[in-house]
Amino acid sequence: MLASMFHSLFAIGSQLSPELGSSGIEMLETDTFKLHCFQTLTGIKFVVLADPRQAGIESLLRKIYEIYSDFALKNPFYSLEMPIRCELFDQNLKLALEVAEKAGPFGPGS
Amino acid sequence: MDSRFTRGKSAILERSLTRPKMEVSLSAFSLLFSEIVQYCQNRVYSVSELQNKLSELGQQVGARILDVLVMREKNGKRETKVINILLFIKVTVWKALFGKEADKLEQANDDDKTYYIIEKEPLINTFISVPKENSTLNCASFTAGIVEAILTYSGFPAKVTAHWHKGTTLMIKFDESVIARDKALDGR
Repeated sequence: MLASMFHSLFAIGSQLSPELGSSGIEMLETDTFKLHCFQTLTGIKFVVLADPRQAGIESLLRKIYEIYSDFALKNPFYSLEMPIRCELFDQNLKLALEVAEKAGPFGPGS
Repeated sequence: MDSRFTRGKSAILERSLTRPKMEVSLSAFSLLFSEIVQYCQNRVYSVSELQNKLSELGQQVGARILDVLVMREKNGKRETKVINILLFIKVTVWKALFGKEADKLEQANDDDKTYYIIEKEPLINTFISVPKENSTLNCASFTAGIVEAILTYSGFPAKVTAHWHKGTTLMIKFDESVIARDKALDGR
């Protein structure tokens, strides 16, 4: 539900933006968490919810993109636009999150 | 080769057979291989058919790589003993294809026709996670096809299949005649 809501917000946001060809919402800040979004060239969005104090989310998002293109796109049993059910993808995502959690100064990631 | 036959056709025909090792991007290979698997998957009805199809494609590769490797690494001399051809595959072929030796080469305890080549993490499966519903499928069938072609065209008719066991295991079952011939060679 969050994803679909954010998707429309993102679409409206990028149209309303005074800047032409805006990249859309990259970050939403609330009292309790920050929502980081990274959109790829092909229009896939990666969203990370994290503690407001967590650092290094930018690079985490890029890492997730890398994992996605490795373990989902190069997997013959994954079809585009479908939920990703790949063991190796899950494993490597978990690893990346653990690394980000250790590297960030505070609080939980994702 | 006389270059007047190949001139202007393709650069690859002009290249020397003894050219140094070339490296290919793993990403590019994986994407292509993924497409191959999807292509095959769209044309079959069962897992075993898919494995057969991958194996057939692998055999095309094996038949070609055998000749070039024998020329390049062995000065055109072919192996005559079972153990030597298996070592040739484990070391030379694996190095040319995957940049490293195969992890292990074993003989079955109870059967002198059966050998195993064991790879913990085959390069071919680096990015592939097999869905749960057909967990017996191993895309290393492609590699099995390569090995099968190399053995068969070297005069060691064999069946090679890929299984999930200690990583990926390629099971090589030689024809009776091969083992009989090998024993006869030993006896002399």
